[in-house]
Amino acid sequence: MADASVVIPQNPVEQFLRMDRIPHIWCPGCGIGTSVNSFARALVDAKIDTKHLAIVSGIGCSGRVAGYTKFDSFHTTHGRAIPFATGLKLANPKMNVVVYSGDGDLFAIGGNHLIHAARRNVDIKVICVNNLIYAMTGGQTAPTTPGAVMTSTNPYGTFDPAFNLPYLVEAAGAVYVARWTAFHVRQLARSMEEMFAKKGFSFIEVLSPCPTLYQRRNKMGDGLDTMKFYKQNSKVRNGAPTSEVGLSKSGEIVVGKFVDRERNDYGVLMHDRLVEALGDDYVETEACSCQ
Amino acid sequence: MHADAAGVLTGSHFLDGDHACCEGALAAGARFSSGYPITPSTEVVERFAQRVPTVGGVFIQMEDELAASITLQGAVWGGAKAFTVTSGPGFSLMMEHIGYAAMTETPCVFIDVQRGGPSTGLPTLPAQADMMQVRWGSHGDYAVIALCPNSPQECFDLTITAFNMAEKYRCPVFVMLDEVVGHMTEKVVIPPAEQIEIEPRRYTKLPPEEFLAYEPDADLVPDMPRVGEGYNVHVTGLTHDERGYPDMRPVVQDKLVKRLLDKITKNADKIILYEEDQIEGADVVVVSYGITSRVAQRAIDMARQKGVKVGKFRLITAWPFPEKQIAAIAKKVKALVVPELNLGQMVREVERAAAGKANVKLVPHAGGSVHKPEDILNAILEVTRG
Amino acid sequence: MAKGSVQIVVERCKACGFCVEFCPTHVLALSSAFNAKGYHTPYMVHPEKCSGCDLCGMYCPDFAIFGFKAPETEAKKAPSKPEPKQSAQPGPPASAGFAVAGAEKEEQDAR
Repeated sequence: MADASVVIPQNPVEQFLRMDRIPHIWCPGCGIGTSVNSFARALVDAKIDTKHLAIVSGIGCSGRVAGYTKFDSFHTTHGRAIPFATGLKLANPKMNVVVYSGDGDLFAIGGNHLIHAARRNVDIKVICVNNLIYAMTGGQTAPTTPGAVMTSTNPYGTFDPAFNLPYLVEAAGAVYVARWTAFHVRQLARSMEEMFAKKGFSFIEVLSPCPTLYQRRNKMGDGLDTMKFYKQNSKVRNGAPTSEVGLSKSGEIVVGKFVDRERNDYGVLMHDRLVEALGDDYVETEACSCQ
Repeated sequence: MHADAAGVLTGSHFLDGDHACCEGALAAGARFSSGYPITPSTEVVERFAQRVPTVGGVFIQMEDELAASITLQGAVWGGAKAFTVTSGPGFSLMMEHIGYAAMTETPCVFIDVQRGGPSTGLPTLPAQADMMQVRWGSHGDYAVIALCPNSPQECFDLTITAFNMAEKYRCPVFVMLDEVVGHMTEKVVIPPAEQIEIEPRRYTKLPPEEFLAYEPDADLVPDMPRVGEGYNVHVTGLTHDERGYPDMRPVVQDKLVKRLLDKITKNADKIILYEEDQIEGADVVVVSYGITSRVAQRAIDMARQKGVKVGKFRLITAWPFPEKQIAAIAKKVKALVVPELNLGQMVREVERAAAGKANVKLVPHAGGSVHKPEDILNAILEVTRG
Repeated sequence: MAKGSVQIVVERCKACGFCVEFCPTHVLALSSAFNAKGYHTPYMVHPEKCSGCDLCGMYCPDFAIFGFKAPETEAKKAPSKPEPKQSAQPGPPASAGFAVAGAEKEEQDAR
C-alpha cells in the first residue's frame, strides 16, 4: 500500500500574501481581491523578482492591498502613492515599483500627481481599481462616478461629468494604458504581465464592483450581478481611441489595451540630459543610497 | 562615521544661509531632494540641483509641496538621505506628510526659511512665525526636533546636525531659518570630510526572519530595514504594532504614540543645544533664537554698557524646548526678555518653563524686518526697573 | 477520473458566488451548510468535470478556493457528495459546517 504522505498544494496567490493578516477587510463580492489574484498570476508568469518589488498604496479600500501583500509595501497618504513611488524609484532604480490604489485616491486628491508622473513618464506601474465610488469612507461621489446614480454626497443623484481614466492618462503621457474589469481575470493578468515589461508610466484600470455601496444604493444587485453585467456589457476593443471609452451607468464597457507606445522614461531622460550637459563631470550612481 | 568627501566642499566660502544649508545637506550625505519653489527658500534646492549631479544623486522639482514632502520619504525608504525646503505656505501644505514621517519614523529633514505670514504674507521678508507650527502643525501627538541657525555658518553646521538627529531618532527634523539668515552672506568654513561626523542610518543587523520593523531599541527608536533585501517591510500611517501591521486597539495606540513622544523627550538631554552667556549673577536674561539673537546681542551689549547685569540664552534647538534650563534660570533672575519675530510663540514655552518664577516679557514683531536693538534694549531696561 | 480538483478554505469564503458562476464546467455549487460566519460555501457538485484550470481561484476575492491539476498518476477521487473534512490550508480550522476537500495528492510510492 502506498504511503499516504499527502501533498497539499498551496493556493498560488498565498506566497504573495501576508497570511497572518488574512482574512482581509474587503466585502463579499468586492473585486479588489480578484484583481490581486490576477496580479499574483502576472508575477508568476512574468517571473518577477519579488524581492525587488515594492507596492505603494494610497488610502481607500484598494489602498489596503499594500497591507495584505508580502513585498516591501508602503501604505501612504491619500492621493500621494504616486509621488512616494516616484521618490522610491528614483532613489532606488533597481526596485520594481507598483502603485496599487483606487479611483478616488489616484484621480481626485491624487489627480495632480498622476498627471505629472505620466507627463514625466516615471517608470512606475499603476493599477487603479475603479469601483466608481469612495468606498472606504461610506460611498461618496468620486470623479469616476457616472451620472444619475445615488451616492451619499449626491443623495439626489450625481450630475458631475465623470473622468474617462484611459483618456486622461493617455493624454498625460502614459506609455501603457489598458482597462479590464474584475470579470476579465486572465486578460487582466496578461496586461499586468505586459506592464511589467514596459519602461515608463504604465496604467491599468480595473473596473470592480462595490456591492456594499455603489451597487446596493443603486439597486444594481450584488457583486455577482455586477460581474455578470461586466461579462455581458464589455466589449474588447484593443487599440480603441481612448476618447471613446468613457463609461456610463449601464452602457457598454470598452475594455482592452488601448495604448502601448515607447517613450524614454524619466530616469533615461534625466541621465541623457545630465550626460549631455556635464559629460565626465556627471557622477552616475546606481542608487542614491546612504551608508 | 565621517562624511563622504564627494559631498564636502572643503574650504572657506562666502555663502548665504540658503546656500550654506545646501552644502550642509550634501556634507551630511543627502543625495536626494524633492523640492518646490517658494521664496525665500528656493536657492537651497537650486544649488542642490546644480551640485548633486556632480556629487552623485537626484534632485526633482515636484508639482507641489504635497508631492515634494512625500517624494523625499519614498527616497528615504529607497535608501537615501533626503530633504526638502520650503517657507510658510509650503510648510502648511507639508503638514500631513510631516505627520506621516513622524508616524512611520522616516528620518528626513525639512528646511523652513520663514517669511512673513499668515497666508501669502511677505514672501521676501523675514519672520519667525512658524515656530509653534513646526511643533504642532500636523494632527495628532508626535514630537519633532527643530534647530535654529543664526548665521550662514550655523546653516551649514546645523543642517548636518539635523540629518544626524533624523537618523538617530528616526523622526522629521527641521532647520528653522528665516529670510534674513537665508539671504545674508557671510564666511562659511567647511572643514575636510574627515572632520565632519555623520550618523549612519541605523539599519538593522537582524535577518528578515528575526526583524520586527517597529520594535524599539533601548533608546526607544527602532532600527530600519532595507528595501529590496527580503524584509518585506510594511510601512503604514495607520496605528501599527511592532510588525508594522495596522492595529486599531487603544492599547496599541497608547504604546505607539507615547513612544513617538518619549523617544524625543526622554532623549532630550542628548538633543537640546543652546548657547549661554553671563547667566551667573544676571538680573535679566534675554532668551532668543535665529536672526533675533543677533539683534538681541547688540541690545545686550548696550544694556551691559549701561551697567545692567543681563545674560543671554540662545535657543539652538527650539524643540525639544530646553525647559529645565529655562526653569533653572527663572528661579535666579528677575525677568526673562523674549524677543521674537512673531507676536508671541516661543515665549509661551518660556512662560511655561518659568512657571511664574520670573517675569516674562515678550518683545513681539509682526515680521517684515528684524527688531531694532532699541526695542529689545527698552524691554531689558523696563524689566530691570520694576 | 477528474483532470483536476479544488481546495477550499471554508472559513474564508464569503459566498460571493463568483467561483460557482464562472467555473467553465459548472463543477461547483453553493451548499446548504454554512461556515462560522453564516456563509453558504461552495462544494464540488460535479467533481469529475474539474479540469484544474483554477479559474475559480482567480475569481475568488477572498483567496478561499483554488483549482489545481491532478498529477498524471493516481489521484484519489474526490467525493461527489459533501462530507466533513478538515481544511488543508493554514488558518482557522473547519467549522461544524463542512470543509470540502479537493483530491488529496498522494505521493506515488514506486514499489
